[in-house]
Amino acid sequence: MLSKKNKLVLLASAGALVLGATTVAQASTLDDTRNRGAVQCGVSDGLPGFSAPDDQGEWQGLDVDVCRAVAAAVFGDAEAVRYISLNAVERFTALQSGEVDVLSRNTTWTTVRDTTLGLNFTGVTFYDGQGFLVSQDLGVSSAEELDGAAICTQSGTTTELNLADYFRANGMEFDPIVFDTSEQTVGGFEAGRCDVLTSDTSQLAALRIQLADPDSAIILPEVISKEPLGPVVRQGDDLWFNIVKWSLFAMVNAEEFGITSENVDEMLDSGSPDVARLLGQDGNYGEAMGLNADWAYNIIKQVGNYGESFERNVGMGSPLQIERGINALWTEGGIQYAPPIR
Amino acid sequence: MTIQSKMIEARPAPNSTIGAVAWLRTNLFSGPVNTAFTLLGLYLLYVLLTPTIQWAFINADWVGTSRDDCSREGACWVFVNARLGQFIYGLYPGSEIWRVNLTFATFAGLIAWLAIPRLPYKRWVALATLVGFPVFAYFLLYGGHFGLPVVQTHRWGGLMLTLVLAIVGMVGALPIGIMLALGRRSEMPIVKSFCVVFIEFWRGVPLITVLFMASVMLPLFMPTGISVDRLIRAFIGITLFQSAYMAEVIRGGLQAIPRGQEEAAAALGMGYWKRMGLIVLPQALKMMIPGIVNTFISLFKDTTLVMIIGLFDLLGIVQAALSDSRWLGFALEGYVFAAFVFWIFCFSMSRYSQYLERKLHTGHRR
Repeated sequence: MLSKKNKLVLLASAGALVLGATTVAQASTLDDTRNRGAVQCGVSDGLPGFSAPDDQGEWQGLDVDVCRAVAAAVFGDAEAVRYISLNAVERFTALQSGEVDVLSRNTTWTTVRDTTLGLNFTGVTFYDGQGFLVSQDLGVSSAEELDGAAICTQSGTTTELNLADYFRANGMEFDPIVFDTSEQTVGGFEAGRCDVLTSDTSQLAALRIQLADPDSAIILPEVISKEPLGPVVRQGDDLWFNIVKWSLFAMVNAEEFGITSENVDEMLDSGSPDVARLLGQDGNYGEAMGLNADWAYNIIKQVGNYGESFERNVGMGSPLQIERGINALWTEGGIQYAPPIR
Repeated sequence: MTIQSKMIEARPAPNSTIGAVAWLRTNLFSGPVNTAFTLLGLYLLYVLLTPTIQWAFINADWVGTSRDDCSREGACWVFVNARLGQFIYGLYPGSEIWRVNLTFATFAGLIAWLAIPRLPYKRWVALATLVGFPVFAYFLLYGGHFGLPVVQTHRWGGLMLTLVLAIVGMVGALPIGIMLALGRRSEMPIVKSFCVVFIEFWRGVPLITVLFMASVMLPLFMPTGISVDRLIRAFIGITLFQSAYMAEVIRGGLQAIPRGQEEAAAALGMGYWKRMGLIVLPQALKMMIPGIVNTFISLFKDTTLVMIIGLFDLLGIVQAALSDSRWLGFALEGYVFAAFVFWIFCFSMSRYSQYLERKLHTGHRR
């Protein structure tokens, strides 16, 4: 006869069998990722320009390129990614519980998120901010003329709070009209339920395209909040934190040195010491991160530099047509700046 | 005065009482009020249908490959066309799609075998459907054995995922529901109270909460590093939730069976399981067909809620496609397509249940 304890063990192992897909974590995220053969990357469940499946079912977007860059650095293969779509509520749990290794999901870097959730932000992929979309007919050229306006916004986001703050600070009244999804918000705006539509500027461009006549609406110059978006990793694994952080820096540095996915092979013998260090010909800067010397070369070759990724996904090469603005390099009037590789 | 010596031939009914005109007159124009309402109805139909038809068919764009091929005056079916594969198979790798097709073809074949009365070996086929098929489907869809590459569940999606969720939910919920219904009527206090608590708990929380718990809270309770595939979490959540509803539907059927049936069976010396399996349940289940199918249809539609835990079911993948920056602004087309597919499936289920009711009808209808 089985003792009580044995029975319990038996039950537990039966349970483990049933669960099938269980995995036991090793010490480090890098080892886990290597054993699995793919980076598990948390992306949004569909956000124009940042992460969405294309016609072929391949994920595309600025956030997606971060996942691909990390995979290129770790495996030398940008396609070694498992995309896990997460909604806004479950994203942090998924990262904390180890369901994803990197969260690259249009997430704003704030104090509370950085300090209380056991997470680390690794950098900024897109400096976003809340803006306003108004109809041309309204004849408004500045957000300060919006006193008394009916404003369409999406529920459950910080946009509602920012909006209230901005109007209170400027001593203006407004009438919020709250919708659930972006389609409804656009629908409300088109049907004339509101004069103004507010959202993050990255999303305003996508919302504007959905209008029957996109040229009938303009985006006002004011940006009323700071929304730096970036990838997030779990706290406590500094090696992995470094890998994700420097994958992004490598992309920004590559743009600064003029290295693109097309000319990266020619740049191998450019003679510039900065380029040689980045591409792994002078010293091995990947070693301390547990990567090969050509980690950055793989990122640039397979994903491209930051500028290429930006233009392809949200910039002029995409339907969204977002200006580089403050997302330009520091050398070109923006604030994208990466520490040197040396 | 004339005297008729022969039978007068039967004359056709007057023109005013037969034919389309008469039908119209009796049903639609039988008085001033009805005439007014008919005209009003026709006018409303005209007002509503004309733009719909113009949008969906006349002004619609059917051929093309990108959003530039759409004039945007009518529906842009190009979008649905370009994404059709994705709406059906989700992000399943293109070279492995035959596995999904084979799985569903097998399932359709098994169901057809069971549904066509002439075919033999019903019992074995039923056994194969309930026991063999899930194993077969798992190996085929997930892979990892017999040289098939693994297709991770996060690549599953579209109609395929909706069907998988619905079928797993139905196949899992029916037996558990029957057990719970029997348990709730049991006289054994522990069994009974367990069933009552289980049913009332799961009926008391909305499905969306169950899925949310499974996706957001459960991973926090698990030991670090152990994670259950989110699809399996959804399976478990949906099955448990649905079995509670199923149990109450079946209990309703059990209560409609006169006590005499069970007593007569007991008098013949049958044990509990034989009484239930041979006498009570066959009658109860037959009576409960509308209720059971109703539950299944609502389950089929409820599977769309998995969207909130980041699984791309049919509706989810349509929404994901809507956020592709190359296809922005075709929300209406996407939703109309999803609604149409759901309608086809739900309507077929409802027709099948009516067919079953007629077939199993043994003269007890009151």
